[in-house]
Amino acid sequence: MKTDVSQSAAPPPLLAVDGLTKSFGTLKANDAVDFDIVEGEIHALLGENGAGKSTLVKMLFGSLSPDAGRILWRGRPVKIAEPSTARKLGIGMVFQHFSLFDSLTVAENIALSLEAGTPLSTVADEARRLGEAYGLTLNPHAMAGDLSVGERQRVEIIRCLLQEPSLIILDEPTSVLTPQEAERLFETLETLKGEGKAILYISHRLEEVKRMCDRATVLRHGQVVAHCDPRAETAASLAAMMVGAEVEAVRRSPADHEAAGRSRTAVLCVSALDQKPLGPFSTALRGIQLEVHAGEVFGIAGVAGNGQSELFEALSGEQLQHDPDAVIIDGTPAGRLGPNGRRRLGAAFAPEERFGHAAVAAMPLTDNILLSRHASDASAYLSGGRFAVLRHSALGRTLGRVVKAMDVRKSGENPDAATLSGGNLQKLILGREFDRQPVVFVVNQPTWGVDAGAAARIRQTLLDAANAGAGALVISQDLDELLEICDRIAVIADGEMSEPLDARTVTREQLGLLMGGAEPEKHHGVAA
Amino acid sequence: MSPEIIQAIVLTTATAATPLLIAALGELVVERSGVLNLGVEGMMIIGAVTGFGAAQLFGSPWMGVFAAIVCGALFSLLFAFLTLSLATNQVATGLSLTLLGLGVAGMAGEQFVGLPGIKLQPIAVPGLSELPVIGPLLFAQDPIFYMSILLAIGVWWFIFRTRAGLTLRAVGDNHGSAHALGINVLRMRYLAVMFGGACAGLAGAHLSLVYTPQWVENMTAGRGWIALALVVFASWLPWRVVVGAYLFGAVTIAQFHAQAQGVAIPSQFLSALPYLATIVVLVLISSNRRMTMRNTPASLGKPFVPER
Repeated sequence: MKTDVSQSAAPPPLLAVDGLTKSFGTLKANDAVDFDIVEGEIHALLGENGAGKSTLVKMLFGSLSPDAGRILWRGRPVKIAEPSTARKLGIGMVFQHFSLFDSLTVAENIALSLEAGTPLSTVADEARRLGEAYGLTLNPHAMAGDLSVGERQRVEIIRCLLQEPSLIILDEPTSVLTPQEAERLFETLETLKGEGKAILYISHRLEEVKRMCDRATVLRHGQVVAHCDPRAETAASLAAMMVGAEVEAVRRSPADHEAAGRSRTAVLCVSALDQKPLGPFSTALRGIQLEVHAGEVFGIAGVAGNGQSELFEALSGEQLQHDPDAVIIDGTPAGRLGPNGRRRLGAAFAPEERFGHAAVAAMPLTDNILLSRHASDASAYLSGGRFAVLRHSALGRTLGRVVKAMDVRKSGENPDAATLSGGNLQKLILGREFDRQPVVFVVNQPTWGVDAGAAARIRQTLLDAANAGAGALVISQDLDELLEICDRIAVIADGEMSEPLDARTVTREQLGLLMGGAEPEKHHGVAA
Repeated sequence: MSPEIIQAIVLTTATAATPLLIAALGELVVERSGVLNLGVEGMMIIGAVTGFGAAQLFGSPWMGVFAAIVCGALFSLLFAFLTLSLATNQVATGLSLTLLGLGVAGMAGEQFVGLPGIKLQPIAVPGLSELPVIGPLLFAQDPIFYMSILLAIGVWWFIFRTRAGLTLRAVGDNHGSAHALGINVLRMRYLAVMFGGACAGLAGAHLSLVYTPQWVENMTAGRGWIALALVVFASWLPWRVVVGAYLFGAVTIAQFHAQAQGVAIPSQFLSALPYLATIVVLVLISSNRRMTMRNTPASLGKPFVPER
């Protein structure tokens, strides 16, 4: 693949990376990484969480400096000491964790990444024009904090395009989009590719990579394990390269699906659940009605920001209902019970945000286990009556059990939660709840930003819970995931829920239409 | 009360409000950049003592004003170095800055105690100052009063109408993202802190060259703290700082008049009023999340250490 740089016949690649190495302490996050990308190419960067993708991208964008190795831009060695250098070269970045300023308007957010001296009104017009040209509709005067995740991504992309970069780095771009929205993004990317721009595409969704990307570089444990043509590979072979072993697709077996269909015991019953918006950026819930049966996996699809978090909080007891019968857990009215009361009835909850909601970064894993189980399993973990002394040995045993069951990779016996990678922490959080053998298991975005191996483990856990007789309620934006593991799927859009549909017979298009149905803005034709 | 007395009250209110306004506008810029400098009181007293000293040394109050601005900025540079370059805790460092400032000023000012001060004379705008009622109020004031008004307009214009102001707000809202966009977060904050120091110095000079042209130890008498409270009271908006400064200034003046008239309001209650008002405003702000989102610098008080 290497070309002789002195030859004028073959121009040097737009960007080439040669032996790039970066260590954090003893961990080699990137170990002699090399790859190159040419103009008019969509190049996939594949790897599990913690494989070193973010580190590599940060070095390309100048937020981290490499310990060794070279970066060649159009054949010339460059030193990218800070993001502004990268942008001057023509490298644009769309971040995974959106880096917008919440208290500024869309236009102000965009203006910040442009050359000084651009008047705000011009920015607004330009943003609107670009938005229409690439099918990314936006209101430039909206406050960034008010936007949905999908809208925030559009701002990021437009912000990046306005700088007219030659290389665009996209970090997990489709994870927040409906299939239709993702489809439009692909069209945008194809247009950009046609204009000769190079795109470095980071994604866990292998089908997308196969469809969109011309070449792929696969990273594992900081090293490049393969350069390949994703079109010549299967999703399974790509996943195997990433993980280093075959990843078996987790699917609901037809027999289990049949059995779930026959189940009539409702373990979670929600009726006429209404909830006012909790804040300016919150969605109202309107007349939510659902019934999860024992032994069933019930999926709720929807685009981020359509009431999923609010529904989760209403179910978990973080928000109480006026009517005790609005939420019935295992036959007991629980509408007036808080999280502990509902957990005592046998319900388990795993929220979307890993830090700040599900776990505390600065606490060791045993303390994090206690956080969600101190009330429901008080007898196991607390002794001394009212003094409630912690029983560290019991917590340690539980941790050992969870780590073993879920294959949690960690450094040390009982490290702080902050040291775990996203996938491992998520496995711990789900394992912590599954270990209780819950009757109802409510999870929100269980595999968001989690690598393929961990995602498979988590999905298997949900299926195991259902097979053990629990009712699992899975709120997810990942349609593939829901179609693979659910028995029935309902769609939440703008705080209202559709009738549940049989996951065996429903199509992606049907779900996509339901998901997009209540989207506030209708999309007009794309201007050429 | 006769119109003359009312006019006198309004005039003295302006004089009492000016140092609060200037110091608070400076701190507003600092906090908009995401830095909480609790050392306003200390920087103010440094301004007061160097202003008085330089005026004595050079025989010109203008040299005093100049020296106060420069010394206030230099003194804040110490805070900036500690909190920004060394990432020390901003609250603790700010508090020490106040204590250090009060101590240093007391020591340096010992020789000035009892000396007659040099007053910065009012400037009457020809023609306009002859206007009835508003003439003496708006156009026959001391130079620092005019500066404070220009400063208020300037700060508003800078924050909301310029690119640099947008950058300042961005740094205060999310320093991580700002860094990723290639904004030099630390430089922006250094400049903001030094602007705050310069303003506090000027506010101090107003005290020792206009308000009471002499040097008295601890002559800032808690005005730095009121200025800090004002910024929160104003929910980080310049025009509200103006309103707040005059409100708090009026309360201060009301104390004197209430005592003179023999009104039975304890003076302690009146001096506590600005803080009470701030607490009420804090409660109001936090009950309105949207408002909080819009104007509170989200990175306020958080140290920024770029990963390398």
